Amino acid sequence: MPDPLLGEAWTLSPAVALRPEPFGALAYHFGNRKLTFLKRPELVAVVRCLAEHGCVRAALEASGVPEAQHAAYAAALRGLAETDMIRPRERQAAA
Amino acid sequence: MTLAPARPAPARAARSTRLVDQFELGLDAPICLTWELTYACNLECAHCLSSSGRRDPRELTTEQCKAVIDELQRMQVFYVNVGGGEPTIRPDFWELLEYAVAHDVGVKFSTNGVRLTPERAAFLAATDYVDVQISLDGATAEVNDYVRGPGSYDTAIQALANLQEAGFRDAKISVVCTRQNLGQLDDFKALADRYGATLRLTRLRPSGRGADVWDELHPLPEQQRELYDWLVAHGDEVLTGDSFFHLSAYGPEDGSGALPGLNLCGAGRVVCLIDPVGDVYACPFAIHDEFLAGNLLADGGFGRVWRESELFADLRSPQTGGACSKCAFFDSCRGGCMAAKFFTGLPLDGPDPECVQGYGEQALAGERVVPASSQDHSKAGPTRNQPVMLQLLTRPPVSACAESPLAGFDPQAPS
Repeated sequence: MPDPLLGEAWTLSPAVALRPEPFGALAYHFGNRKLTFLKRPELVAVVRCLAEHGCVRAALEASGVPEAQHAAYAAALRGLAETDMIRPRERQAAA
Repeated sequence: MTLAPARPAPARAARSTRLVDQFELGLDAPICLTWELTYACNLECAHCLSSSGRRDPRELTTEQCKAVIDELQRMQVFYVNVGGGEPTIRPDFWELLEYAVAHDVGVKFSTNGVRLTPERAAFLAATDYVDVQISLDGATAEVNDYVRGPGSYDTAIQALANLQEAGFRDAKISVVCTRQNLGQLDDFKALADRYGATLRLTRLRPSGRGADVWDELHPLPEQQRELYDWLVAHGDEVLTGDSFFHLSAYGPEDGSGALPGLNLCGAGRVVCLIDPVGDVYACPFAIHDEFLAGNLLADGGFGRVWRESELFADLRSPQTGGACSKCAFFDSCRGGCMAAKFFTGLPLDGPDPECVQGYGEQALAGERVVPASSQDHSKAGPTRNQPVMLQLLTRPPVSACAESPLAGFDPQAPS
């Protein structure tokens, strides 16, 4: 069964800045001061455009991530969610 | 200039996904930037990395400092480690701190606590993006003041109490590990817990005045082992600034005993230092002409020095590891600390002086020339804050007949 996250609307956390690097990007959270490395340019593209799409799957497709890799990207995004680098859009609206 | 001459041809095209490999090639801007705001200091710690004491008359002005902050914001350097000297004795320190924080450059500053009054503590508690590190090199006044000078323990403890009282959360207690204080690790931890602080342990470097006292202060081999075991047991509760990666070679050859962190010398790749006059060095432990990349006033700004300096390009080129690359543990420690080798007069592509496999001791016993310092801001004369690193004699004098201070003095003798 596909990760339900793929059908949800997410966004980059407003406290997070992305700094482009040769390997992808550095993500820094000004609130909790966590520094994370996004090690693939494709992942950076996905994270940047999350807010523009109705669901995570649409963001993956728009960034050219093949469907076979969607599960792996969903897992990576869940990792980013653990430190509030990205967050579900509803929660942001409530905050 | 070439620091470690034997290098293979650059092979940047072959992209690796290992972060460590990426970092060895350098980043577009530093991750860990240290900025020493002043060489002036109220203390005269025996092991000061930057040989601080007197203010340099060429020190960057308030406006120049703000221009540096503006550039750091443009480069997306998300935070700086501010130190000195004692940064808080710059009259504009609090102004610069507010300016940095307002420009998305978080500040983590190291202080001996001298200016952390209850009022300042309350200000810090109310400011976001600020971390405070109180330097303390002994869990007791006796051990701390021996290297940091009389009264410095009380000052640090008072600052910690003021921060706690003001509701500042999670201050750091920053400890340089020495032969004298390594037996106090549990006491340091208890002290941190008492003040709601986090313990941060770092390595003693033979840099600055540290070169003069390194032989006496650096941990003994068995103490290094105890430190490694303690770090493995407490790894997630203490910070180390990645400074003990040379100890990772205590683990098995497969590298599984590595301590948390990068385990890599980041000099010029992910780390660098801006000194009080705007000179940019490869790392905070390498304030020496050999590691000077440029000056941000003279060479077109910090970003340009970071991106274009020949020294940094050299440090980012692939390195062979020299004699160390034959060692089974090379992947664990990657040859250790460049600054520690340089300031003890060892070759940069050889073992670290504190190599846990014992190669450092062999190298130290061989022929070597300790480099002269290239800057010294130590105070010229003695002051009341100076540490006195003397202990009561526990051995009889070498020569029993010369014990009298008047030995050899004859008032009748013609001068």
